[in-house]
Amino acid sequence: MAVDLLIARRHLAANKKQTLVAVLGVTFGIAMFILMISFMTGVNAFMETTMLSLTPDIHIYNDIKTDYRASVAAAYYQNRDLLIVVRHPKPKKVRVNLKNAENIVADLKKNPLVAGVSPMVSSQVFYNYGPVQINGYIEGVDILAESAMFDLKGKMVAGQPRNLLSTGKGIIMGSGLATKLNLSMGDMVTLATPDATSMRFRVVGIFRIGVGAVDDVRSYVTLASGQQLLGKDRSYMTDISLQLKDKSRSGSLAAEFAKRYGDKADDWESANSSVSASNLVRDVLTCVVSITLLVVAGFGIYNIMNMTIKNKLKDIAILKAQGFAGKDIMGIFLTQSVFIGLLGALSGLLLGYLLSLALSRVPFPKNDYVALDFFPVNFSPAHYIFGLAFGLVTPFIAGLLPSLKASKIDPVIILRG
Amino acid sequence: MSIALQAEHLNKSFYEPSEFRVLQDISFSVERGEFVPVIGKSGCGKSTLLYLLSTMDTAYSGQIRINEELVTGRSQNELAAFRNRYIGFVFQFHFLLPEFTALENVMLPALKLGLLSRPEIELRAMEKLAQLQMDPFARHLSGKLSGGQQQRVAIARALINDPMIIMADEPTGNLDSGNTELVFNIFSQLARQKNIAVLTVTHDLDFAHQADRVIEMKDGRIV
Repeated sequence: MAVDLLIARRHLAANKKQTLVAVLGVTFGIAMFILMISFMTGVNAFMETTMLSLTPDIHIYNDIKTDYRASVAAAYYQNRDLLIVVRHPKPKKVRVNLKNAENIVADLKKNPLVAGVSPMVSSQVFYNYGPVQINGYIEGVDILAESAMFDLKGKMVAGQPRNLLSTGKGIIMGSGLATKLNLSMGDMVTLATPDATSMRFRVVGIFRIGVGAVDDVRSYVTLASGQQLLGKDRSYMTDISLQLKDKSRSGSLAAEFAKRYGDKADDWESANSSVSASNLVRDVLTCVVSITLLVVAGFGIYNIMNMTIKNKLKDIAILKAQGFAGKDIMGIFLTQSVFIGLLGALSGLLLGYLLSLALSRVPFPKNDYVALDFFPVNFSPAHYIFGLAFGLVTPFIAGLLPSLKASKIDPVIILRG
Repeated sequence: MSIALQAEHLNKSFYEPSEFRVLQDISFSVERGEFVPVIGKSGCGKSTLLYLLSTMDTAYSGQIRINEELVTGRSQNELAAFRNRYIGFVFQFHFLLPEFTALENVMLPALKLGLLSRPEIELRAMEKLAQLQMDPFARHLSGKLSGGQQQRVAIARALINDPMIIMADEPTGNLDSGNTELVFNIFSQLARQKNIAVLTVTHDLDFAHQADRVIEMKDGRIV
């Protein structure tokens, strides 16, 4: 009602200092909430994109089995009532490639749920350049499929992914690895496999994904070169990376593929469970701190409203005597509370935005593990809408109790003194 | 003349600190145009009676009719609206809202009633202030006025909705004799000229006896 609003406005204006303190309480609460959630979701988003740039939606490979229970001796002595013990069974040569890989690839390419298929042959290798020997991994890939899946193009420091196709024996090298070996574009490097085969490659590209664990050890060659290096035929493949049209179905599809092809299939979530866990921890932390900040701001309002009402007992009695009903009195004080909340929320959103903006310009300390130039900050309108909503709801609840108390004040007791 | 206020068999007890029957079977009526002071010693129950009649205190037995309408047993919100429309209050300590100007204090009950537009209400409020020679102070913050001035603003405020009855609780309690006389003159004038019933609790016997009729109370009864 108009009169109630007029009175509420006058009360706020008459106690400017007190109003300002209450508003500032909400302002800082909301600002810190915005800063915190922007930074935390920024970190989460960064972790997730890094993770996705490394991990396919589904990864199919041949898991090396170390179960040697099935022995020739058991087969030979079967049907006899004997307990057979084989001490120190020595594994036969372990097969690391996928059985029937070409058919699996062809079958997956027909699957309507799959957006991309990248078969590869991977192996441990030694990189030899002059006297330097460094242990690492080589991945023989269909470079166009791999590039489409992980956006290699955007991560090239030098050269292009398709250079692999135009050079006979080209290699695209991780930036950390290239630095350690002191290699640059056009240099030749020798790769030696565990089976003691070796081959020379020319550096035609250098990439930087931003994770030291990859950039320091991994290189790409073509699928054919990889197979040649390992001395295998064209059907030899060790891994298949899949990109799905709907990432959220990776869990169920991985299980299905594992069953259908008889190989191990990991989905991206279980392959990165440590990242998911740390994201969860950050989410919970953000939630707890945010709620604490907002609740503290709410208590600030509750306190100030209580004080205001204590100071205004006489005014409340006089208004009641003149015909203002309980709901009018409640309206007067609730309006003040919500006004404080609205003003605090708006200024808090602005301050929070400015602080987030400032943080996003702060250089991130250089290190080998993550490629970050600045602190990761996420600017999402949803956070601001939530902050505004919370800034309105909290003062409403915080103001409700004191206002209700004010509306129930018995004017007779106060007027009689 | 019509009956403005009628009280029938009013009884009220306080239970704290011990049970005490403060009003005992009080019945009387006040007609429009009457100026009726209520006198009696401290603790005789005259203020209590006034707050019952004002509809603010609802814990009593018996019946109260104002303007021939039964107010006993109505809800707090109905009573608030009723007070707003029919009853004007003047208190001992002026009780103006300090954040508002004199004019705004007078306007508030009319704004609450909401029958007239804001400019009309402002005009009426200025008229009421002029009647009490307070129009030069209309734009002053009420907290900056003297006691006598504040009390006159409070009377103007009580008049803004053209009430049927004005109730006053020791309106001259902390005024000097000059201002006291002024307030009493205003009250008796209002009663006579505007046909308003004025019921006022007072200690001031000299002035009380100038009125048409005096209600004297002793130990919770009318004598």
